Amino acid sequence: MGIPFLRVVPPPLPREPRVTSDVPTLQAEDVTIEYRTAERVVRATDRVSFDVLDGDRFVLLGPSGCGKSTLLKAAAGFVTPRSGHIRLDGATVSEPGPDRIVVFQEFDQLPPWKTVKANVMFPLRASRLLSRRQAEERALHYLDKVGLADFADAYPHTLSGGMKQRVAIARALAMQPRVLLMDEPFAALDALTRRRMQEELLSLWEEFRFTLLFVTHSIEEALVVGNRILLLSPHPGRVRAELDAQAYGLHSLGSPEFQSTSQRIHRLLFDEPAASLAAA
Amino acid sequence: MTASLARPEYERDLPPLSDDEVMQPLPVPARLWQQGWVRKTVLLLVMAGLWEVAARLKANDLLLPTFVDTALAFGQGLWSGELLHRAGMSLAVLLRGYVLGIAAAFVLTTLATSTQLGRDLLDTLTSMFNPLPAIALLPVALLWFGLGQGSLVFVLVHSVLWPLALNTYSGFRSVPETLRMAGRNYGLRGLRYVLFILVPAALPAIVAGLKIGWAFAWRTLIAAELVFGTTNSGQGGLGWFIFQNRNELYTDRVFAGLAMVIVIGLLVENLVFVTLERATVRRWGMQR
Repeated sequence: MGIPFLRVVPPPLPREPRVTSDVPTLQAEDVTIEYRTAERVVRATDRVSFDVLDGDRFVLLGPSGCGKSTLLKAAAGFVTPRSGHIRLDGATVSEPGPDRIVVFQEFDQLPPWKTVKANVMFPLRASRLLSRRQAEERALHYLDKVGLADFADAYPHTLSGGMKQRVAIARALAMQPRVLLMDEPFAALDALTRRRMQEELLSLWEEFRFTLLFVTHSIEEALVVGNRILLLSPHPGRVRAELDAQAYGLHSLGSPEFQSTSQRIHRLLFDEPAASLAAA
Repeated sequence: MTASLARPEYERDLPPLSDDEVMQPLPVPARLWQQGWVRKTVLLLVMAGLWEVAARLKANDLLLPTFVDTALAFGQGLWSGELLHRAGMSLAVLLRGYVLGIAAAFVLTTLATSTQLGRDLLDTLTSMFNPLPAIALLPVALLWFGLGQGSLVFVLVHSVLWPLALNTYSGFRSVPETLRMAGRNYGLRGLRYVLFILVPAALPAIVAGLKIGWAFAWRTLIAAELVFGTTNSGQGGLGWFIFQNRNELYTDRVFAGLAMVIVIGLLVENLVFVTLERATVRRWGMQR
C-alpha cells in the first residue's frame, strides 16, 4: 500500500495555460452600446464582435465617431453594453477591475500628488495585490524597463508628455493585467516622440508578451503596433473588416506592401457611400 | 539654376557649453523681490506709515490713536500676557468649532458624491444656511446650549460647515474624468475612492474652503464675543477684550485688540495655510 496519507496530497494543479489559441482572452460578442443625451439615445456601436487572443496586439481602428473608444471603455467595464457581451477569459465583464488596466490618452491619468514611483505603486497597493515593499520593487523594475528609473521621485508635472505616458505604461505593465487597454495613448504626443513610443511599446511586448487592445485613428500606427486590426465604420460603429497585420512593423514603414495595405484600409474606411463620409 | 544652389549646405560640430553660459543667476534685488514676504512687508510698512500720518493730522487719541501708540499698547498687552491669554481663550473655542465643522463638511460631501439624495440634501442645506449669518443663530444657540462654549461652538460649526462643504463639493465635481476612471480601474470605490482620489485631486478647492471657513469662524467668534459679551463662563476672549476697553475708552487698547485679531489672521494664513499649500498643491504642480 505504501504510505497512504502521502497520496492524499493532491498534485499541484497546473496553472491555467495562458497560451491556448482557441480560447480568446477578450471576446466581444454582438456588442451594441448606446448612450443617452438629454434629447436622444445615440447608438455608438452596433453588434460588434471580435476575439482578442492571448498575446495579441489587437487594434481597433476607425475615424472619430466609430465607437472605438467606447468599445475600449466597455472592455474596461466603465460602460455597460445595451446588448451583447464582453467576456474576459469567459467571464462577462460587468465593472472596472485591476485585471484590465487602461492607459488613457490624457496626461492627467497620473495623480499629480504622487511621485512617479508612487504612481506605479498606486494600483498595486489600491487593489491590495502586493505589500508595500514588493510593490516598490516591482515599480522600480518596470520604471527601469521604460527608462525612467532616474525619475522615480519626480512629480508628474515636472515630466514631458512622452515621459508621462511612459509612466502610465509602466504602471499598467506592473499590474501584469490579463489585457492591457490603450486608448490612443500616443495621440497627444509630437510625431517624433510618438514614433519612439511605438518602438518602445513593441520592444516591451517582445519582452513581456502581454495581450493588448489598442485604439487608434491612425492607419499607420495600427499597422505598426498591431498584429490584428479591426476596422470600424462610423455612426454607429460597425465592423467593416478584420485584417492581419503580422507582417508590418516599424521596419516595413514605407515598403510597397505597407503602402498598399494602408491604401486598402483607407479605401475600406472612406470609399463608402458618401453619406457616412459626410457624417464623419 | 535654382535658388537653393546659391546657399551651400553646412554641418557644425557642437562643443559642450559650460554651465554658467547656459544658466545665469538673477541679481540679488531681483531675487529678494521674488520673495512674497518681502513684497508684503513693504506693503505693510507703507500702510503703517499712512496710518501714522493720518492719525497725527487728525490729532484725536480717542477717535484714532497713532500707529506708535497702538504698537505700544499692543506691546504692553503682550508683555502683561493679557492679550495672549485672551487670544488663547478665543483660539481654543475656535479650533473646536473648526474641527467639528470640517468633519461635518466631509460627511456631507461624501454623502453627496455617492447618492442622488445626498446631493440634493447638500444642495438644499447649503442654499438655505450658507447665506444665514452665523451670528444670527447665536440667540437661538444661547437658548439651547446656555451661556457657554456650547453656543459658541454651535455657531462656529455653522460658519465653517457650509462654505467648506460647498467648496469641497465643487472641487470633487471638477476632478478630471480620466483620473476618476483610473481610480475605478484599480478597484477603488466608496470611502477609499473618496480618500485616495477625490480628496487629493480636489485639494486646491478644499484648501480654499478651509481658508474661507477659517476666516468666517474667526469673524463669527469675535463678533459673538463683542455682541454677547462674555459667554465664556466669566472669562472672555479677544472680542470681549475689545468690547471692555471700548467701554472704558481705552481706544489704543481697542486698536491693539483689533491688531491681535489681524496678526493671528495673518499668522494662520501665512504660516499654516501657505505651509499646507507648499507641501501639497504647489509641490504637486496643481496650483502655482
